[in-house]
Amino acid sequence: MNVVQPFEGIGASVRRKEDFRFLQGRGMYTDDINRPGQTHAFILRSPHAHATINGIDTAAAKAMPGVLAVFTSADMAGIGGLPCGWQIHNKDGSPMAEPKHPVLAEGKVRHVGDPVAVVVAETRAQARDAAEAIVVDYAPMPGVSTTEAAIAPGAPAVHDGVAGNLCYDWHIGDKAATEAAFAKAHKVVKFSTTNNRLVPNAMEPRSAIGEFDTMSGDYTLYTTSQNPHVIRLLMGAFVLSIPESKLRVVAPDVGGGFGSKIYHYAEEAIVTWASAKVKRPIKWTADRTESFMSDAHGRDHVSTAELALDAEGKILGLKVHTLANMGAYLSTFAPCVPTYLYATLLAGVYTTPVIYAEVKAVFTHTVPVDAYRGAGRPEATYLLERLMDVAAREIGMDRVEFRKKNFIPVDAFPYQTPVALQYDSGDYFSTLAEALKTADWAGFEARREAAKAKGKLRGIGISTYLEACGIAPSAVVGSLGARAGLYEVGTIRVHPTGSVTVLTGTHSHGQGHETTLAQLVADKLGVPIANVDIVHGDTAKVPFGMGTYGSRSLAVGGSAMDKAMDKIIAKGKRIAAHLMEASVEDVEFERGTFRVAGTDKTKSLTDISLTAYVPHNYPIEEIEPGLEETAFYDPKNFTYPGGCHIAEVEIDTETGKVSMVNFTAVDDVGRVINPMIVEGQVQGGVAQGIGQALLEAAVYDAEGQLISGSMMDYTMPRADDLAPVSVATHTTLCTHNPLGVKGCGEVGAIGSPPAVMNAVVDALRDFGVNHVEMPATPAKIWNIIHGHRLAAE
Amino acid sequence: MPQVSLTVNGTKHTVEVEARTLLVELLREKLRLTGTHVGCDTSQCGACVVHMGGDSIKSCTILAVQCEGASVTTIEGLAAADGTLHPMQEAFREYHALQCGFCTPGMVMSAIDLVNKHPDGLSEKEIREGLEGNLCRCTGYHNIVKAIAAASDVMQGRTAELTPAAAE
Repeated sequence: MNVVQPFEGIGASVRRKEDFRFLQGRGMYTDDINRPGQTHAFILRSPHAHATINGIDTAAAKAMPGVLAVFTSADMAGIGGLPCGWQIHNKDGSPMAEPKHPVLAEGKVRHVGDPVAVVVAETRAQARDAAEAIVVDYAPMPGVSTTEAAIAPGAPAVHDGVAGNLCYDWHIGDKAATEAAFAKAHKVVKFSTTNNRLVPNAMEPRSAIGEFDTMSGDYTLYTTSQNPHVIRLLMGAFVLSIPESKLRVVAPDVGGGFGSKIYHYAEEAIVTWASAKVKRPIKWTADRTESFMSDAHGRDHVSTAELALDAEGKILGLKVHTLANMGAYLSTFAPCVPTYLYATLLAGVYTTPVIYAEVKAVFTHTVPVDAYRGAGRPEATYLLERLMDVAAREIGMDRVEFRKKNFIPVDAFPYQTPVALQYDSGDYFSTLAEALKTADWAGFEARREAAKAKGKLRGIGISTYLEACGIAPSAVVGSLGARAGLYEVGTIRVHPTGSVTVLTGTHSHGQGHETTLAQLVADKLGVPIANVDIVHGDTAKVPFGMGTYGSRSLAVGGSAMDKAMDKIIAKGKRIAAHLMEASVEDVEFERGTFRVAGTDKTKSLTDISLTAYVPHNYPIEEIEPGLEETAFYDPKNFTYPGGCHIAEVEIDTETGKVSMVNFTAVDDVGRVINPMIVEGQVQGGVAQGIGQALLEAAVYDAEGQLISGSMMDYTMPRADDLAPVSVATHTTLCTHNPLGVKGCGEVGAIGSPPAVMNAVVDALRDFGVNHVEMPATPAKIWNIIHGHRLAAE
Repeated sequence: MPQVSLTVNGTKHTVEVEARTLLVELLREKLRLTGTHVGCDTSQCGACVVHMGGDSIKSCTILAVQCEGASVTTIEGLAAADGTLHPMQEAFREYHALQCGFCTPGMVMSAIDLVNKHPDGLSEKEIREGLEGNLCRCTGYHNIVKAIAAASDVMQGRTAELTPAAAE
C-alpha cells in the first residue's frame, strides 16, 4: 500500500501549515491590506439608545482638511435595508415582524452605536476629526433594554407598527400531550434563569475595504467575514443591486469570528457603495469600542422551564417559555437562533417523550443579537442541564444517576425527538463514564474536605449534552424559514504534475482548514499536504459556498471535497484503464496509485494528471482533458456531537472569587481528522464557556445605554482565569456523511457553562441557594456567602 | 510635521509623523510592518506588543515621537535571516498555541520578554500571570502556556531542542 510518509492523513496531529505566516507577522488580515489611492472612512454613531433625528448638519465636516465626502441616509436613496436571512412564523401562521434595518439611520436611532453618518477622508485621523464636526440634532426618547420591560404595556416602541415590540411568538411541540403528561406527573420541578448577554470579541476588529473599478464597473469588497459568498449575495442582491458578476468579495485572513463575522453589516455596504461615489478605495476598521456597540451580540434569553417526573425519576415531559432579545434590528440569522437552533435541542440526551416550548422574540434598544459560538444550543443546554441538577436535588436523587436514568439508550439510534430532530448516532453512557473517571468524580468528596480544611469551598458539576451542527439540509431549513440553501461546494484541481489546489466555500478564521482539509486530500488521494493548497475566502476564485459557522466546515465542506475527490478518482480510473489497457471496472485506486486488480500494473496519480493535461495518448472522444472536479454537497441531516463536561471549582469565601481547578471534556465529535486541532477547538470553546459562566456580561442600563462598552469594562477571560482543560474524544461516527464527522467547533462553548455553574451551586450547597445566575462574579458569590452568614448570626 | 528616527528590526528609518501618531500606526502604516496588530483601544489586549530596547511594550500606548533613537523589534524581526524560527515561534507551532493568529505576534513578543525576565525558568502560574496583558479569544491559553514553558527550556539552555508536544 502506498501510504504517505510520514502519515499525514486522517487521524494525524499534523502541525498547521498556516502557522508559518501567522508566527512571522505575514498574515494578511483585512486591515493589513492597502489599496492604491486608498481613503479612510469613519462612521459617526448614535450616543443615544433611542432618539429622533431632527436634522444633520454636515457642512462644517465637509470643509475639514482631507475630507472627500460626508454621507447620510439622505444620500442613499434607493439603497435597500440590510436583509434578514431567516423568516420565522408566529403560532397563528403569520410571518414575524421584519422592520427595515437601514444602512444609515433614517430619521431615528434605535441603539447606541446605530450608524448615522460616514465621513470619507484622506486619513483615518482626518475622517475622525471631521466626524466630530457633524452636528446631529437628536431628540432623545425613553429606551428599553430588557425583554421583560420591552413587552410590558406602555413600553417605548422600538419600531412603529411592531405592536408590543414583539418580533414573533413561536412555538414547537405538542402542547396538549405535554399538558397531559404534566397532569399525571408525580412531581413537577420549575426553574427560571437568564442566559447572560455576551459580546463575541474576536481579537480582530471588523474591517472592510470597498473598491470600485471605474473602467470595468466592478466592485471589490475586502471584509472580515466568515462567508464571503453570503455577503456577496446579501449585499449585492438586497442592498446595493450589484449583480454577482460585478461584485467580488474577499475575506482574507480573519482573526476569529465565533459567529460575529457571519452577518452582513452596514459598514460593508457603506464602503462598497461610497467607493463608487468618491472613485477611490475606502477602508474602514472598527476600533474596539465600535465593536462593542456594532458587532452582533450573543445569547440574552430569559427562560422558565418545568420538568414533569414520575415517582422513579423518569422524565415525563418538559415545558419551556423563553423571551429572546433580538436587539433593535434583525441581524442576518437572528430569528433562527432562539427557535430552530434552540428549542429543537431541548430533548438533549434524554428520552423526554413530550416537549412544548414557546419563544417570544422581542425588539429592544440594544445592538442586534445573533448567533455566537453555539448559537441557541448553549442556551438550551444551559437551561436543561441546570434544570437536571435542580430536579435531581429536589427529588433527592444522585445527579449522575438521574441523568443516566433518562439517557437515550445506545441501541435507540436513529432516535426521533419530540422537537423535530432525529439523532443519527451517539453513546452518552461512554462519554459520561470516561469523564467521571478522568475527573475522579468518585474521589471528589475527599477533595471537598481538603479544601474545607483550608477555608475554601469546592464544588463539582457535570453536564451531559448534545448539539446539532453540520448546518444544514437545504430543504429542511428552507421549510423552517431559511432564505438560503446550506449546502457546501468543493473543487479539487489536480495540476499536471500532481499537486492539488482545493477551492472550498468554507472559510478558516482560526480553525486550521489549510491543514485539516489538506489532510483529507492526503488521506484519499495520497498527495503530501505540502503539495495541497487550500483556497478559500474569495468569490473570484471559489465557485460558491456558504461559509463557516455551525461547525459545518468538515461535515458539509469536507464532504463536498470528498465527493469531488470521488469524481477525480472515477475519471482517473477511466484514464488509467486506457493507459494500462484494462477494463475500467478492474482498476482500483488507493492513496495515489491506480492498479489493475490482481496485477502489478500501476499508474500513479501524477501519471494520470499529466496524461489528462497532455492528452497525446488519450481517449479524447470519450473523456475530456483536464483533471478538475467540483461537487456540491447538501447534507441529509444535521450532525449531533455530544458528550460530558465536568468542572471543578474552588471558592475563596473571603473574596467570593470562583477559581477553576479542573475541567474535563469528553466529547463525541465523530471521526477526528486532526486530534491536535480538535483538542485546541474544544479548549478554546470551553474557555468561552467558562467566560460566560464566571466573567462575561454585556451590561445595559434600563434605558439602553451600554455600560460594558470596552475591554476595561467587559471581563474577557485571561490566562490566569482558566485552568488546564483535559480533552478526550469518544467517537461514534456520523452515519450520513461520507467522512463520519460531526463537528468540534462549538461543543466546548455548549457543554461547559452548565458544568461550571452546577459546580458553583454545588460548592455553595450549604448556603441555601439552589441557583446562581451567570456570570458568577466575586461580588455575587460574596453576597451569597456573607448574606447567609449574616442571617445565621 | 515632526520627524522621528528609530531602528526597527535592525534597519534605521527616519519618518515624518503627526504628533499624535502612535508607534503602532508608524509601524503598520508608515513602515508597512502589519504583523503588529491592534485589537483594542484601551491597552488591554496586547496584540500590539513589540520590543523596545529589549523590553516588551504596547505599541498602541506610546507616541511615535517618544521613540526617537529607539531600537524596536517586531514579530517580523524575530526569525533568523535564513528563515529559522525563534524558539518561541517554533514552540507556538509545535504546541498549537495559535488559531486565528491575530493575537499571536503580541503574544509571542510578550512571551519572549517574560522568559527573558525569568532566567531561572517559570512555573505555570507565573506564565499565566505573566500573560495578564495579552488576550486570546481562540485557544483558552492552555497551549500557549505549554509552548512558553517549552520555549523557555530551549532559550535558557535546559533542553537542547524543543520538547515535542505529547503524541496523540
